[in-house]
Amino acid sequence: MIVFLIRRTFQSVVVLLIMSLLVFVGVYTIGNPVDILISPEATQQEHEAAVKALGLDRPMWEQYRVFLTNALHGNLGDSFVFNEPALKLILQRMPATLELAFGAMFIAVIFGIPLGMVAGIKHHSWIGRAIMSGSILGFSLPTFWVGLMLIMLFAVIFGWLPASGRGETVLLFGIPVSFLTVDGLSHLILPAINLGLFKLSLTIRLTRAGTQENMQLDYVKFARAKGLSNTRVIGVHVLKNILIPVVTVLGLELGNVIAFAVVTETVFAWPGMGKLIIDSIDVLDRPVIVAYLLITVTMFIIINFTVDVLYSILDPRVRLGDVKS
Amino acid sequence: MTPAAVSSTSSLSTLAVENLRTHFFTKAGVVKAVDDVSFSVGTGEILGLVGESGCGKSITGFSILGLVDPPGKVVDGKILFHGLDLVDLPEEERRRLRGSRIAMIFQDPMMTLNPVLRIDTQMIEAILAHEKIDRALARKRARDALEQVGIASPDERLRAYPHQFSGGMRQRVAIAIAMLNKPDLIIADEPTTALDVTIQAQILFEAQKLCRETGTALIWITHDLTVVAGLADRIAVMYAGRIVEQGQLGDVLDHPLHPYTRGLIGSVPSRNRRGSHLYQIPGMTPALLNLPTGCAFRERCDFADDACLDQPEITEPVPGRPVRCFHHFAGEKA
Ligand SMILES: Nc1ncnc2c1ncn2[C@@H]1O[C@H](COP(=O)(O)OP(=O)(O)O)[C@@H](O)[C@H]1O
Ligand code: SF4
Ligand SMILES: [Mg+2]
Repeated sequence: MIVFLIRRTFQSVVVLLIMSLLVFVGVYTIGNPVDILISPEATQQEHEAAVKALGLDRPMWEQYRVFLTNALHGNLGDSFVFNEPALKLILQRMPATLELAFGAMFIAVIFGIPLGMVAGIKHHSWIGRAIMSGSILGFSLPTFWVGLMLIMLFAVIFGWLPASGRGETVLLFGIPVSFLTVDGLSHLILPAINLGLFKLSLTIRLTRAGTQENMQLDYVKFARAKGLSNTRVIGVHVLKNILIPVVTVLGLELGNVIAFAVVTETVFAWPGMGKLIIDSIDVLDRPVIVAYLLITVTMFIIINFTVDVLYSILDPRVRLGDVKS
Repeated sequence: MTPAAVSSTSSLSTLAVENLRTHFFTKAGVVKAVDDVSFSVGTGEILGLVGESGCGKSITGFSILGLVDPPGKVVDGKILFHGLDLVDLPEEERRRLRGSRIAMIFQDPMMTLNPVLRIDTQMIEAILAHEKIDRALARKRARDALEQVGIASPDERLRAYPHQFSGGMRQRVAIAIAMLNKPDLIIADEPTTALDVTIQAQILFEAQKLCRETGTALIWITHDLTVVAGLADRIAVMYAGRIVEQGQLGDVLDHPLHPYTRGLIGSVPSRNRRGSHLYQIPGMTPALLNLPTGCAFRERCDFADDACLDQPEITEPVPGRPVRCFHHFAGEKA
């Protein structure tokens, strides 16, 4: 376990370093933010002053060194646009995105696992087929279109749920969350469904495949031969086995959901990181873009790490030292 | 009273299977996995059910437990357990018999235990499924059962996961689970096939001992005649979904009445035949889908003639020796 932790931390640092370099160089080579930030009528002096103020006149490696030194001190640079620390800007919006992402995952798991199990057990009946057809829809419809349809249906036509913003938030451990207020929750539902639909389909398919595979195995027949009820065989024996791959895959998908939140956040005007990054890319606000990418990478690393630990808890055959990283 | 006397009258038998047919209705056609099978087994008696792989032994076992999955179905016959016909029993009542009165042990010990549940969970649930007793009491019974099948430091082993046991040990655990509720009948489906020879011998010995001590009836399924030769009281030989002959172990081994049984015995290596060529039954086990009419063994039988184009019915040329063959060896000196 300790060896695992040390190795894993070391790997993470290397990954972060490489990523920071890639991201920095990548972002550095696109466009010149000064052209976008300064009005076209600005004089040559004003232009040079702006370049100097942003540190853009220094060589690239020098900028990277400064960036890295600052980064180690928790300073990822100030936003060109807001004149505030990029890290702070992103961290301010992160809770909204995380809440949306977890909401989406929650929907995917809560509905996906039971539906997938039903589809796996009753795969010959109409209900199994109906679930599978539904999941194909969830896979193939584009997120922004589904988002618009949800708004049209539930916000415009029925007027049941609000279509934009986070609604009322309350502080939970100092972090603003929507889901604890009625107004906030009603704002969260549509975007969470929108973002979760794809993962819901994925969960259904994973669960169904796992259920079908496991139902054929001897341990199920043996469990039934012991006289266990169907509820126990399916709800304990089979479920515990299929949770292993499902949790692993979904855990790894969490990073994906956070990254894909961009589309949903745009459609529902959800004030999260995704919306910030889109705006920042528009004006080439480099520090924000770099900070966003680095934070995303860090989140991926943390998520993967958590999934590995979770996996070893769920599956007694895996000891952490054996986990391939 | 000898076991034979017990088993000859089905009313006194622990289990009497009568004309059982279990068919699989597949897209390709009807697979008659079990077709007109009858046998019985009494208290403390060990019946060896022998036949080549694919002849319907496991499906016979699953039919008795009521665990045949679609597209399979018991289409005809009776399964009398202490005289009660299980075939038409509601599912909930069958569930209550499974694991408590009738238990089963499977072939591959690596696959029968749930890999993600601890041994204690898997044992205690088997008790609690049938009795509302205290968990601690159930745990103690599980512990004692492990000890009974020769597992050292049972308290510690209860908290282990299946992957922490060897194959032989897992099979002991499975046997312990089968014995937990002191069933009247255990169906052991090739439980030693996946194990190496020494462990196989130990398990055979202990299974036999446990049954003798507890009076449990045992159906021991195997494709290996040598396994039942040292174990069973009686044997039933199965071929292509049908029982072709049965009788007391010694009688059948010394004087087989059916050509297939004779072939099986001839293909067993033995001391007095050392060095000479082993006999091998020619041809292959037929596919059970769309069996040709007549005797299923016809294509491989040295004694087949035109009579064998019809299906032979069971006759009893010698008392206690049912056989399914037109040209059985009852009249011959073996
Ligand atoms: N699910 C199934 N669908 C179709 N046929 C089956 C199915 N399960 C078993 N069978 C058929 O039943 C026959 C007997 O199987 P089985 O009882 O497992 O044989 P064995 O004697 O080796 O235990 C096999 O030949 C197989 O073709
Ligand atoms: S009935 Fe005919 S073919 Fe079948 S075993 Fe007897 S002799 Fe052989
Ligand atoms: Mg079998």
